[in-house]
Amino acid sequence: MKLKGTLLLLLSMLVVFLSGCEPLLVLDPKGPQAERQASDIMISIGIMAFIVIVVMVLLVYMLVKYRASRLPDDYEPPHIEGNPILEGILIGVPIIIVAILSFITVKSNYIVESTPEGYEDQEPLVIYASSSNWKWHFSYPEQDIETVNYLYIPTDRPIEFKLYSFGPITSFWIPQLGGQKYAMADMVTTLHLAADTPGEYMGRNANFSGKGFAENTFTVTAMTQTKFDEWVDEVHETAEPLTEDTFEQLLEPGHLGRMTFTGTHLGFSPAPEHEHSDDEMDSGEEHKMHAEKEREMHTEHAAHE
Amino acid sequence: MKIDHTQPLEYSTQQNQLNIFGFWIFLGAEIMLFATLFTAYFIMENRTGNGPTGPEIFEIGPVLFETFILLTSSFTIGLAVHAMRIGRKKAMLAFLGVTLLLGVAFLSAEINEFVHYYHVGATYQTSGFTAALLTTLGTHGGHVTLGFFWGVCILIQVMKDGINARTANKSFIFSLYWHFLDVVWIFIFSFIYLKGLM
Amino acid sequence: MEFFERFAVPNPNPAIYASMVAIVVVSLAIIIGLTYFKKWGYLWREWLTTVDHKKIGMMYLISALLMLFRGGVDALMLRAQLSMPDNKLLDPQHYNEVFSTHGIVMIIFMAMPFIFAFMNLIVPLQIGARDVAFPRLNAISFWLFAAGAMLFNISFVIGGSPDAGWTSYFPLAGTEFSESVGTNYYMIAIQISGIGSLMTGINMITTILKMRAPGMTLMKMPMFTWASFMACVIIIFAFPVLTIALLMGTTDRLFATNFFTTTNGGMDMLWANFFWVWGHPEVYILILPAFGIYSEVISTFSGRNLYGYKSMVGSMVIISLLSFLVWTHHFFTMGQGALTNSIFSISTMAIAVPTGVKIFNWLLTMWKGKIRFTVPMLYSVGFIPLFTIGGVTGVMLAMSAADYQYHNTMFLVAHFHNTIIPGVVFAMLAGLTYYWPKMFGFMLNERIGKWGFWFLSIGFVLAFFPMYITGLNGQARRMYTYSEATGFGPLNFVAFIGAGLMAIAFCLIVYNIFYSIKHSPRNVGDDPWNARSLEWATHNPVPEYNFARTPHVASSEAFWDAKKHGHELFKGEIEEIHMPNYSGVPFIMGVIFFICGFSFVFSLWIPAIVSLIGIFACMVLRSFEKDDGRLISVEEIKATESKFESAEEIKTAVSTYGGANS
Ligand code: HEM
Ligand SMILES: [Cu+2]
Repeated sequence: MKLKGTLLLLLSMLVVFLSGCEPLLVLDPKGPQAERQASDIMISIGIMAFIVIVVMVLLVYMLVKYRASRLPDDYEPPHIEGNPILEGILIGVPIIIVAILSFITVKSNYIVESTPEGYEDQEPLVIYASSSNWKWHFSYPEQDIETVNYLYIPTDRPIEFKLYSFGPITSFWIPQLGGQKYAMADMVTTLHLAADTPGEYMGRNANFSGKGFAENTFTVTAMTQTKFDEWVDEVHETAEPLTEDTFEQLLEPGHLGRMTFTGTHLGFSPAPEHEHSDDEMDSGEEHKMHAEKEREMHTEHAAHE
Repeated sequence: MKIDHTQPLEYSTQQNQLNIFGFWIFLGAEIMLFATLFTAYFIMENRTGNGPTGPEIFEIGPVLFETFILLTSSFTIGLAVHAMRIGRKKAMLAFLGVTLLLGVAFLSAEINEFVHYYHVGATYQTSGFTAALLTTLGTHGGHVTLGFFWGVCILIQVMKDGINARTANKSFIFSLYWHFLDVVWIFIFSFIYLKGLM
Repeated sequence: MEFFERFAVPNPNPAIYASMVAIVVVSLAIIIGLTYFKKWGYLWREWLTTVDHKKIGMMYLISALLMLFRGGVDALMLRAQLSMPDNKLLDPQHYNEVFSTHGIVMIIFMAMPFIFAFMNLIVPLQIGARDVAFPRLNAISFWLFAAGAMLFNISFVIGGSPDAGWTSYFPLAGTEFSESVGTNYYMIAIQISGIGSLMTGINMITTILKMRAPGMTLMKMPMFTWASFMACVIIIFAFPVLTIALLMGTTDRLFATNFFTTTNGGMDMLWANFFWVWGHPEVYILILPAFGIYSEVISTFSGRNLYGYKSMVGSMVIISLLSFLVWTHHFFTMGQGALTNSIFSISTMAIAVPTGVKIFNWLLTMWKGKIRFTVPMLYSVGFIPLFTIGGVTGVMLAMSAADYQYHNTMFLVAHFHNTIIPGVVFAMLAGLTYYWPKMFGFMLNERIGKWGFWFLSIGFVLAFFPMYITGLNGQARRMYTYSEATGFGPLNFVAFIGAGLMAIAFCLIVYNIFYSIKHSPRNVGDDPWNARSLEWATHNPVPEYNFARTPHVASSEAFWDAKKHGHELFKGEIEEIHMPNYSGVPFIMGVIFFICGFSFVFSLWIPAIVSLIGIFACMVLRSFEKDDGRLISVEEIKATESKFESAEEIKTAVSTYGGANS
């Protein structure tokens, strides 16, 4: 009977999980990308819960019906080889499920890797987000502003993050706006996000990067375009310019807190965009074991000496 | 040990058969090892940083010499195994000895090559490319070095004990190893040097 | 740094000093104990020099249990630190070291030796062989593993532990960001034990393909043997990749090469790729033998033949193939674009299909069976639903667009613990209980075993299910602390309680061993579980020569056939048996490898070179050695056999374990 107890426990946990006392960050999206991901997650939880329940029901059935204590002493279990039809079904149904999920995933992949849905006709705001131990630097080339550890973005405009790192691999993640992407030292990756509603969101580095990793967070404030423009003007009036020396100091390991500068570091310390970027990576892919690695060969390293 | 006389000497006991079979599996793992190195090399090929590129440092002369020597040694080890099969101890020893000498010649040429790389500024630390190149070549060279000492051990044993199930088995396995290194070299020659020089 | 400073732990704290003292005390106690009881000779003759697959298996088993506790203490520290917001139990550096060593110890030094223990103990018996193909090599494999494990564990007190995670991503693991010798230990200790694993792979493949009993075709092999075989095939293809990756990592750290640096053409992503080209197959190296054990246990305690033998084999072959085609799913977020992600997403999900086939086959094995709830069966029954949850969350992670949200979070942590604990650890505990009489000739206590199972299962659910939720709530993995405002507190506290229950479970399991050594009845006979496959056709505990006469096999359930259908397993007369001689060289090689590894960790070149020469000297010695083994005479075999037979008569009346009453 303890078994049923655990099963009950499992099921109740699932219910708690599905209903959620408070909305979980990832399931409380505030932008189109996160919304797509949340809906993928919910669909897959549904389908997966179905599979788990089928397995559990079958298991309980077998255990209850065929436990030795219920069977006569002289009962001899039969010898049963496989049954092609039954096994065919047991292979066929999972294949169908996987096919459905694959279809959803492939579609989502292209969606999250391009300008958010509904925002296609707008020029994206490009922000360079670079990490150094253990902080984030946000450069707004268009506005000529750089901030540390906080991010202001306008709502209703697609944002294109250009990610790279001045140290270990990090991962740029704002759960309520969309999933994460790595920032690395020798290439620039691109993350497309957009915020539908104004608000404050948690952002962090999700990839372990050493001692200061836990506090490697930033806040994201989404606001209307007018508010955003006001902020930009204000920064230009009040903030100090970012010099190369200051920037070198900023790169020292530490946390810093929030900072604001006019100008960006992109001039004197450009992003590693001469390397391959992920846009050109998709060309000529083959479904082949080493496709992933061979692609790295396309680098034009020799060219930039 | 039961000796089965219907089999060639090197296969004639059960343990001998196991040894040979196991060695084939080992070679399978070695293939993966070198495949990984080649993959790394192909990825790193153009990542030369501030250091020289392949075409700038490769020299066809010494490489052809090394290739020629190693191919010849593969031939002589084949002859040694043949001599062993027909029970000619002296011939076998001679061919085995020649093989090992060729191995030494190969190694000295390779060491020369490394010295040359060092002089033209392609050291182990220079760039991703040189690290991958020298590790790939070095792993092969290390295998040849190991093979040389192994071969010497076998040579001494055949000299002392003659050709029997034990020594035949060892010599045969050694020949598999030596051929394998030769094949790896052919890949190195084609995909590292020729490709780099073209 | 000063020469001696390097040996000091960079971030000492009381726990480390206490452990240093504990290590010294325990070592002294062992040495004094051995001397006092005059057991050095026994230890050397019977264990350190052994080449017997059963004894080697037992040594793997003991090491695995020890490492389980080492890794378990790490785990408790981690969970304790996270049990409350803003907890100050561990500082970040210490926390980083603890989770790094936890991961490596559990995967490389606990799970691997555990599966090798069962491969060694059971595979030769299941195929009716006298030993493995290369007994001496087998001993070397073990001692290499032991050397690696020792080396890795002393990092804690000499020089500092690795702190870049078990995945050890560069450039974080490079000298620039990880200055202490910790990551050197990682590279070299894993290298040494990895070479051992590779050799075990070669050994087992040769054994299984070449040494099966007459009549045992490939499709008549018991399922555990099939599973071990496939795992070893994966080892052969996967471990060389790790060897090279570790070699490159080592040269980067020791010789300042530029494989994984971010300057001069180095490429940090190359490490991630190589690591996972090994790493993903590695998880299947662990799970396939576990599947094998479940197949044996479920069919034994359902009293039925394994359902769908062919599809069981087929699915393992497909899983093994696919396991090499999915490694990119560990970094969908590296920016390789939608197409690549889609391809690897689909190949990953495809693995769920053959895995599902296996789950349904186990369920159908119980169908129309007669299920006895013994401890091994309880673990198997618990495995099915829990592992299914782990598998389906794997499928969720495999959806790459959604994985952008799961990656690097506690959701991922929950997934892989959900596969590894009910999958691998439960299987090992099931196997431990199931094969205990095979090894030692007495049973583990069922009552304590059942308590252990329930503590472990409930503890597991409490410890890991909350992580799915906190993961979706934005808790990244490997954070040493979090603030109250995040709201992660309560669920992490639940997880801590779960971890505590699991710790109690493991203590119960070990207590059970001591309890049973004292109290369990001996002479349980040769078939205490009413089992089916060939390993049960010999005595308990198994005599050194395994089978007095070579068995002749006609199905995958040879022993069952013999019991129920009068199949004649053993034909002919007893003959002399050829056995390999014991040798001290493997142990000595292990010791030298340890010294060599240690010297490399600290860049002590002279001892490094001397010990390398020592290793080659051992190999040369071996080459010149003429050792044709020894023969066990017919009289000796008959004497041993008759001892077992008289014991067997005493107990024939005793009913088999785990009958209807439990
Ligand atoms: C149905 C089969 C499975 C699928 C589809 C699957 C899928 C995945 C995916 C997609 C990831 C990467 C997630 C991420 O990093 O974001 C992952 C991670 C992992 N899985 Fe699975 N998995 C399966 C079964 C298993 C099994 C059987 C094991 C172990 C025995 C396992 C152990 C792991 C481990 C150790 C990790 C990553 C650990 C780390 O990053 O430190 N998985 N799995
Ligand atoms: Cu994986």
